[in-house]
Amino acid sequence: MSDPPSVAEVPRKYTKKDFESDQDVRWCPGCGDYAVLSAMQKMMPDLGIPRENVVFVSGIGCSSRFPYYMNTYGFHTIHGRAPAIATGLRLARPDLKVFVVTGDGDGLSIGGNHLLHVLRRNVNVTILLFNNKIYGLTKGQYSPTSEVGKVTKSTPAGSVDRPLSPCAFARGSGATFVARTVDRSVAHMEETLKRAARHTGAAFVEILQNCNVYNDLAWNVIYDRESKILYELRLEHGRPLLFGAVDDRRSLVLDGPTPRVVRAKDVPESALWVHDETDAWKASVLTKLSPPEFPIPIGVLESVQAPVYEDILLEQERKAIAERGPGDMAALLVSGDTWRIG
Amino acid sequence: MGDVVASAPTIQKPRRQLDRAVVRFAGDSGDGMQVTGEQFATEAAWAGADMVTLPNFPAEIRAPAGTLFGVSSYQLQFGSRRVYTPGDRLDCLVAMNPAALRVHLGDLKEGGLLIVNTASFEQKNLDRAGYTSNPLDDRALEDRYRVHKMDVTRLTMDALEGLPLNVKEKERCKNFFSLGIVSWIYTRPIEPTLSWIARRFSKNAAIAEANTRAIKAGYHFGETAEIFTECYGIEPAQMPPGLYRSITGNRALAWGILAAAQRTKLPVVYGAYPITPASDILHELSLHKRFGVRTFQAEDEIAAVGAVIGAAFGGAIGICASSGPGMALKAEGMNLAVMAELPIIVFDVQRAGPSTGLPTKTEQADLLMSLYGRNSESPVVVLAPMTPGDCFFIAYEAIRIAVKYMVPVIVLSDGYLASGAEPWLIPDPKTLREIPVAFRTDPQGFFPYVRDEGTLARPWVRPGTPGLEHRIGGLEKQDVTGTVSYDADNHDLMVRLRAEKVRRVAQEIPPTTVNGPAAGDLLVVGWGSTYGTITAAVEELHEEGKAVASIHLRHLNPLPPDLGQILRQYERVLVPEINSGQLVRVLRAEYLVDAVGFNRVRGLPLPTQELRETIEQLLQDKK
Repeated sequence: MSDPPSVAEVPRKYTKKDFESDQDVRWCPGCGDYAVLSAMQKMMPDLGIPRENVVFVSGIGCSSRFPYYMNTYGFHTIHGRAPAIATGLRLARPDLKVFVVTGDGDGLSIGGNHLLHVLRRNVNVTILLFNNKIYGLTKGQYSPTSEVGKVTKSTPAGSVDRPLSPCAFARGSGATFVARTVDRSVAHMEETLKRAARHTGAAFVEILQNCNVYNDLAWNVIYDRESKILYELRLEHGRPLLFGAVDDRRSLVLDGPTPRVVRAKDVPESALWVHDETDAWKASVLTKLSPPEFPIPIGVLESVQAPVYEDILLEQERKAIAERGPGDMAALLVSGDTWRIG
Repeated sequence: MGDVVASAPTIQKPRRQLDRAVVRFAGDSGDGMQVTGEQFATEAAWAGADMVTLPNFPAEIRAPAGTLFGVSSYQLQFGSRRVYTPGDRLDCLVAMNPAALRVHLGDLKEGGLLIVNTASFEQKNLDRAGYTSNPLDDRALEDRYRVHKMDVTRLTMDALEGLPLNVKEKERCKNFFSLGIVSWIYTRPIEPTLSWIARRFSKNAAIAEANTRAIKAGYHFGETAEIFTECYGIEPAQMPPGLYRSITGNRALAWGILAAAQRTKLPVVYGAYPITPASDILHELSLHKRFGVRTFQAEDEIAAVGAVIGAAFGGAIGICASSGPGMALKAEGMNLAVMAELPIIVFDVQRAGPSTGLPTKTEQADLLMSLYGRNSESPVVVLAPMTPGDCFFIAYEAIRIAVKYMVPVIVLSDGYLASGAEPWLIPDPKTLREIPVAFRTDPQGFFPYVRDEGTLARPWVRPGTPGLEHRIGGLEKQDVTGTVSYDADNHDLMVRLRAEKVRRVAQEIPPTTVNGPAAGDLLVVGWGSTYGTITAAVEELHEEGKAVASIHLRHLNPLPPDLGQILRQYERVLVPEINSGQLVRVLRAEYLVDAVGFNRVRGLPLPTQELRETIEQLLQDKK
């Protein structure tokens, strides 16, 4: 991973404190967002990017308050539209490091179209999607990631919609970096955010995050100490997929296109599935795994390089200027058919 | 072919002088009527005439051949006097098929010239046009009009004898044969069309030759065939001296952006989702990357305005254009720009609605939407160009105001201005007003919502400026500091500040020009594309010694500071609009004047004759 070429190295040494704004943080006490904010502020100095060259763009929702608390440039915009606004910002200012902060409602419901296209175009932005499987700011309706049958204020008889997987959506949209992390795994979160921020192109991170008011312990399957052992699959590039109790390790194998859980000791080591971040097909399988049949993959599911939208667009501009010189209004006005009167 | 292209061809037939003429070419969507009309307009302008055009085409890309709804037409009025409209009634109609005849014959003046391509008057096409018998056999037609029935298709095929093209390719040249005939009838030089053909078909010599032969053959046919007994001359118009070109409203809007880009040296981000009739602005701008214009074809209308807001936040000029339902989708984004006080520019190329409406037809019905059509109190600046050429200056002015006042600006063009063309005195870009752009860099005393005393603009800060890191957004702001505030009195203050900032743009508006007496019985007030119709009607009445005045508003929010004073100088105020009465409501509400409307919502420019009659009636009532 190399730094984005547009971002300059700085001599200045930052600390976490340099990225804390003077605003009072207004999330509910106990919200998982605090941990994400802290991990982000802690990770920022390691990026080596001047603070003034960083912009956080968000939409609407609890997660979208994030920019107010980062002492960088920030823009809290409108529901679902942050990817579009960030795209315009990158077109105008490819020298800036742009983050988009969104949630399961903002990014996958009202803003699903924009999230799809910012990923498809591979705009150079780092996208954090806080997934708490509920609408928090509007006080507890089910979201596009809520499980079927979810009883909420708007679905007293249980929700009917089928949920989607944010990582599967991101992969399907053409994201070049797809990762998943957990608000309660602070070190992992910091490391994952750093890798995402250093990726060149559209980087997508799903953060499994707890809403302790409207959907407490929705991710208990990997919060609970016992359950976590059974269901958390930590991905490491070049290492076999292993999870489960130390004395009863499990692994995954592909049976044709179908993933299966096996006892690690039942298969030869050479047959184990070794994680490869550049393997698109296997990444697509990983995005679809979920309990209770499968573990939850945590880490970088996929990371590949692809041309960046705004780089190509600006290259076209540079080429046009190099070949024919900068635009000349006076010359353009008299181009084509003209005639003189008087 | 020097004898053909010379400006004074050797014509044996009698030549009658006219001071203006209205010509319409009509045929199937696939008959090439738009290009025929455009070329005739270029020829007319080349010979020094003033002219105004009206392209009119169906929304369907290739409507079924021969149908009434598939008829495409191009009309222009050209003359030796100033021409302000494409004309109401036709002096000459070229009908390439029965459907075109059926749709357009009613607009032809009694005794007008009717040129018909008989080749297409076969049973199948007659049926499709709903004729139970061939209208060309009806003697009444010849009693009312000067009818010239000719087999244009066969004449074209004969002229292209021996060229290595198939029948279909040859047949397609028939529009240029008709253009040749009409060029001869109105003594227009075909030289500009010949050079256009050479450029357009530079990679296909056979097609270039075929079209060249077709137009020349048509021209000679007019000159030598026995059927035309006379031709018409139109003297060059008295127009201000200088270098002219033809320009459409959409191209002028695009070029206005380029002029501002060059002047400010700022990058422009143009966000657009394709929509008729605004798409040509995107097409035009995408050709001019050298000006630093970054065109972004967004996933939808919302993303287009969103990208533009992001660009403005980044210190670039953010512009988008839309029309009809697309404008409805931009409301949310525009309100973010209102709240964040960022300079964005939205061109609304108005079309007939509601909903999808009549996508290719014109209307002026988005005025109230622009003024009031967003949630809560949402003041923005609203401008409207008067003519296709004026679109250039309005686009530039919109950008100048937006960045000076840190405010969103809507420009209300429309379908008629967008595709209509006029001869345009080419401006010197150096004479355009300065666009002052001063990014704040000084952290001393900086707050995101500290305001300039004169304009009330907040500072424009480019991210990347050290020491000025700040956060803004759609939540209400504390005055000066810009932090989120739920304070009741602060909200009331901010509502007033946002409104006052827009009101202060009035100081940019030059004194209103009154066409006619400075006081009296009747003032006609217009805005936008009705300038031509209103001016034509009023000037005709001036020639008859009638005391009527007109003004035309380019600034709709804020309104010109002298407007109230002017309105009070007249007994009656008439407001012609292509809607059911929008500006008239604003004037009545703002100035308590008993203004009345003249409203036609037909998807077309207002009819000059009817407006004139209405004005005369009002003057009559007075006496």
